[in-house]
Amino acid sequence: MTTTTRPKRPSVDRWAPVVEGWFRLQALAVFVFLFLPIVVVVVFSFNGTVRYVTDWEGFSFKWYQRALEDKTVQQALANSLQIAFVNACLATLFGTMAALGLQRVGKRTRLFFDALTFVSVIIPEIVIALASLVLFSGFRDWVNPWLAYLGGQGSSPTLLALGPWSIVAAHVLFNLSLVLLIVRARLSGMDRTLVDASSDLFATPWRTFRQVTFPQLLPAIMAGFLLSFTFSFDDYVISSFVNGRTQTLPLFVFGQVHQGITPLTNAIAAMMLLVTFTVLIVGQWVLSRQSRASGDRGDTPLGIIG
Amino acid sequence: MTSPAPAPRAKARPRGRGLVTTILLLPATFWYLVLLVLPLLIVVVYSFGTRGSDGGYTPALLLDNYQTLFSRPDPFILSLWVAVTGTIACLFIGFPFAYFLATRAGKRKTLFLVLLVIPFWTSFLVRTIAWLIILGPDGLEGFIQSVTGVDVAILGSPWAILLGIVYNYLPLMVFPLYVTLERLDPTLLEASKDLGASRWATFRQITLPISLPGLITGSILVFIPLMGEYVIPSILGLGKVFLIGNVLQLDFLGSRNWPAGSAKAVTLIAIMLISVTFYVWTSTRSQSGGRDVSVL
Repeated sequence: MTTTTRPKRPSVDRWAPVVEGWFRLQALAVFVFLFLPIVVVVVFSFNGTVRYVTDWEGFSFKWYQRALEDKTVQQALANSLQIAFVNACLATLFGTMAALGLQRVGKRTRLFFDALTFVSVIIPEIVIALASLVLFSGFRDWVNPWLAYLGGQGSSPTLLALGPWSIVAAHVLFNLSLVLLIVRARLSGMDRTLVDASSDLFATPWRTFRQVTFPQLLPAIMAGFLLSFTFSFDDYVISSFVNGRTQTLPLFVFGQVHQGITPLTNAIAAMMLLVTFTVLIVGQWVLSRQSRASGDRGDTPLGIIG
Repeated sequence: MTSPAPAPRAKARPRGRGLVTTILLLPATFWYLVLLVLPLLIVVVYSFGTRGSDGGYTPALLLDNYQTLFSRPDPFILSLWVAVTGTIACLFIGFPFAYFLATRAGKRKTLFLVLLVIPFWTSFLVRTIAWLIILGPDGLEGFIQSVTGVDVAILGSPWAILLGIVYNYLPLMVFPLYVTLERLDPTLLEASKDLGASRWATFRQITLPISLPGLITGSILVFIPLMGEYVIPSILGLGKVFLIGNVLQLDFLGSRNWPAGSAKAVTLIAIMLISVTFYVWTSTRSQSGGRDVSVL
């Protein structure tokens, strides 16, 4: 590095330009590789073709229009948004509560919790999905005789079936751990002296939480909420096991694939991308404002991966 | 709470603290115990049972499900092959890329990282479907056919699946590698060079040992979800390639043979636990071995 004292190296590394060039080329190739599919989906969703996906017949919004007019797509979109929202609220609330609670318990309880969090994150999604299916079906079969009995004289008592509730319950399991990890990371980096100062100044614990702890945790909580939302909105594996008769957008798109991709599929897919991008960009914007206001280094939601 | 706090502070602790803690932990505990531990236990119990006449579960204590499974281990072998190959492929592409990000990206580092994360957080399904178009008869297959006149089937082959896997899992390998490589002190590399070490020797004796923790984390992060992967094979494999994930999906949603599926799920978890433990054990052992050598 200190080339000021040595104008030139004794042995010139002839391979340096090759290696450097190769690094750049490969990085470029990786980025092209990562973005090519996204570009392809978005571009072909504007195709004005009648049927074939790749026969370009001019720019058009007609497939978007057709997708938004489709009753099944409308229903699936509404379901997906509702499920993602409820899941994100519950997972954020419970995950944050657990992160705060874990600060107040002994080592043994904490280790027990860590083990459970670890298991929930490390197990392949499909195992969680099938285990949830087994549990929810069992619960349904156990509760339905009671419902039928209570419904009694009525001709058709409302019975429990797998649906949005079971999708939400299974998604929350996954996202709860995500929020817990993010909020705990933030808590451990937090300045404890502020909390101590607040209680020395006779603030009630609740007031300390509201005015000191919570504002500092907010970026992490927000990040957890947004990541949970996008996870649930895009999830296929868990939903496909516990959906019952409920249709979500990813389930609808997957069903379409087996009949062959149409520009309609691409338009729906592009709309899914739009929702995710919007959530991520809004989150990034809110968090960067937040961190600038509080003057600490920006913990971005995008930067947090598992 | 357990730490010996000074007396005045301990006295200042409000009453009802234990109750608040319990309430805070209650929902998460419920979810973990009732929606994670309990269903996994049920799956273990089911795996020894038999299929009911209507597709449910009949209690039994048999090893039949496991016997059938071991007599037809193909999906497991194929899954292991795909998971190992996929992890190695991610490693070979991800390592130089992470190295580039950590050491050569300069001011644009943040931009590059954001660019890397964006595809990762967008729909897995959408991005995989896009490869159907790119590789399919209207894309690469058609292109090769028109140029060489040879009919090639890329979709439906294990190679299409491998491509989908590298595409989807690469960020999981790159992030931990990037984190460790960023801590790499460039003066160490300079010193090695000045002492006349070759590029390869520097890599093997400095860069590799330092990045080993990231390498292990990345490999595990890629390997584990890969073992249960079923979206990529069912889309890019055109339903012709059967990995464990696909078989599990068939057992639970198709033929509704839950006990047989449960046995496979239990075996899958066992394989994962064993392979990850073995991998971590061998790689950390070789790391300490390497260090001893370098100290000598």
